[in-house]
Amino acid sequence: MSLAFSARAEAEIQNLLGRYPVQKAALIPVLFVAQTEFGYLSPAVIELVASRLAIPEADVLNTATFYTMLHKEPVGRVHVQVCCNVSCFLRGSDEVLAAIEAHTGCKAGDVSEDGRYSVERVECLAACDRAPCMQVNEDDHFDLDATKAVELVSNAKEGSHA
Amino acid sequence: MPEHRLLLRSHLGVDFTRFENYVKHGGMTQARRAFARHDASDYLAPDAIVDEVKKAALRGRGGAGFAAGVKWGFLPKDRSKPRYLVINGDEGEPGTFKDRYFLEDDPFRLLEGCILTCKALGVHTCYIYIRGEFHKGIRRTAGAIDQLRAVGWLGKDIQKSGFDLEIWTHTGAGAYVCGEETALLESLEGNAGRPRLKPPFPAVVGLFGCPTIINNVETIANVPIITEMGGAAFLALGGPNNGGTKIFGVSGHVKRPGLFEIDLAKVTMRELIYDYAGGVLGDKPLKAVIPGGSSCPIMTPDEIDIALDFDSLKQVGTVFGTAGAIVMAEGTCLLKVLKRISRFYEHESCGQCTPCREGTGWIARIVDQIEAGNGRPEMIDLIWDAASAMEGNTICALADAAAWPVKSVIKKFRGEFDEHVRLGRCPHGPG
Repeated sequence: MSLAFSARAEAEIQNLLGRYPVQKAALIPVLFVAQTEFGYLSPAVIELVASRLAIPEADVLNTATFYTMLHKEPVGRVHVQVCCNVSCFLRGSDEVLAAIEAHTGCKAGDVSEDGRYSVERVECLAACDRAPCMQVNEDDHFDLDATKAVELVSNAKEGSHA
Repeated sequence: MPEHRLLLRSHLGVDFTRFENYVKHGGMTQARRAFARHDASDYLAPDAIVDEVKKAALRGRGGAGFAAGVKWGFLPKDRSKPRYLVINGDEGEPGTFKDRYFLEDDPFRLLEGCILTCKALGVHTCYIYIRGEFHKGIRRTAGAIDQLRAVGWLGKDIQKSGFDLEIWTHTGAGAYVCGEETALLESLEGNAGRPRLKPPFPAVVGLFGCPTIINNVETIANVPIITEMGGAAFLALGGPNNGGTKIFGVSGHVKRPGLFEIDLAKVTMRELIYDYAGGVLGDKPLKAVIPGGSSCPIMTPDEIDIALDFDSLKQVGTVFGTAGAIVMAEGTCLLKVLKRISRFYEHESCGQCTPCREGTGWIARIVDQIEAGNGRPEMIDLIWDAASAMEGNTICALADAAAWPVKSVIKKFRGEFDEHVRLGRCPHGPG
C-alpha cells in the first residue's frame, strides 16, 4: 500500500480511538482525519482506513457513502455550500446561489475547471435567523445578498485540501 | 411580555466559553453540590436530581416532548453493564437553530447539565453528538471539555470523589436522519445512520448494546437550572405538565428574526410573531406559519391565538416540534415552500423503509409538477394518498415528518393547489 497517514494524523487517530470501547465507533471521525489529510476519500484512502481500524472495506464504504460531508470525489479548494431550505429560500437564497454559480462558473454540484471552486446546494445549516447563509470551507457567513456572497467567495482563502 | 432569561444570556456580553466566566456568573454551583460531602447541608444526591427533574415536568426539547425524568426511569436496575449518556446536538430540523447557541456560546451550561445527569444516573461516559457542519460549535464545546479536564472536573476520580467521568464530542457527517435517536446511535457506532426498530428502547439496549439515555442539548442545559431553583419552581414558570422556559427560534418573513426565551404556555403564537419578532416584514398580512420546524403541520392566521406549549398546539392540528417557527407573508407561494420541504425529506430519507423511500420521492416530484404548471386535478388526491400511505408505516418518524406538512397544506390551503392546476402556472410567478 502506497498511502500512509502522517505522524500528526496518526496521533489524532490514536487520540480518537481512546474515546470508544469499540474501534469502529471512531470510523466517522477517522474518515474526517483522512479527508483532511488526502483531500477526499478515494478507494485507496478507504482501503487505508479499513486496514488502520481493522474493519472490512465494505463497512467503511457503507458508512462513507451515506454521509454528504464525506467526499468520495475531489471538491474545490474553496468549497461553497449554500443553504436553500425554507427559511433561506424565503429570504432570497436562490438569488445568492445563482450569483455564486455565475461568478465561479460552477453549477451546484460541480467543481470549477481550475479546481479552485466547488459549489453545493445544501439543506438547513441551522442559522435560519441570519438567512440566507452559506458555508465557505469551515466558515459560516450570514445575512447574505448576491453581492456580499460573491465578494466573500472570491476573497475566500483556499483550504489545504477541503 | 412575560419573560425569564434563564438559558439565553447573550445580552450580558460575557464570553461564556471561558470556564472562569462561567463560574463567575454562578456556574458549577450545582455540580459542586452533587460532588459535595454526603453530610454537607447542600449535598445534592443522585436521587434528588432525578426527583427534581421529574417534579419539573422537563419535556424533551428535541421535538418529541417526552418527559426527561420518565425517560431516565426506563434504565434497568441491573448495573452489570456500563450506562451511557448521549447528547443529541445533531440540530438540523429546518427552521431550528437553538442548540447552536449552547454549543457555540454557552457550552459549560450544557456540560454542567451532563455532569449532573451522569452523577444522577451512574453514567461514566457521555458523548455529545454534534452535526458536522457546526465547526465552531464542535471547537468550542471540545475546548470547554478540555478546560473542565484541566481543573479536575473530568477524568479519573473527579473532584476527589472516586467518580470517574469522561465527556467526548462526536462529529456527525451530514445526515438529517441522525437526529433520530437510534440512527444517531448507529452513526456513533461508525455505521450508516439507519434507524433501529424499537423495542428494545435505547434505555435498555442502546449504544454498544448497553443502557443509554439520549437527550437533546437544550433539555440537559436545563438540568442545573432545575436543581438550583427546585423542580416545583421550574414547573411554575410554565404551564401544567410543561415546566420551564423554552427557546423559540423565529425565521422567515419577520422584522426581527432570532431566538427568544419564553415561559411555556404563557405566550401565544401571535405574541411571538408580533411582539417578540417585531411583526411581519414590510407590514404585510400574515399568510401562514410553520410552528416548530419544517415537519410540523402549517397554521393559518386565524389559528395563531394559541398558547405555545407541548400540548396546546394539538388543538389546531399541529405540533410543538423543535420550536422553530417559520413565518410566511402574504404573496408567498406555498407550493414553492412545499417543494423545498419535500425535496429535503426525499434527500434525507435513509431508504430502508419502502413507504418513505418511495413516498418522499413521489411527493417531491408531484409537487414539482404542479408548481411548474403541469398539474392535473387528480394529482392532489394522489399526493394525499401517497402521504397517507407513509404515515405510521415506517421504522422512524421521518416519513411522518414528510407527510404532515404536505397534508396540512392540502387541508388548509387547498385553493393554492387548485389555482396552480387551473392556471397551468404558478400564480405567484416563476422561481
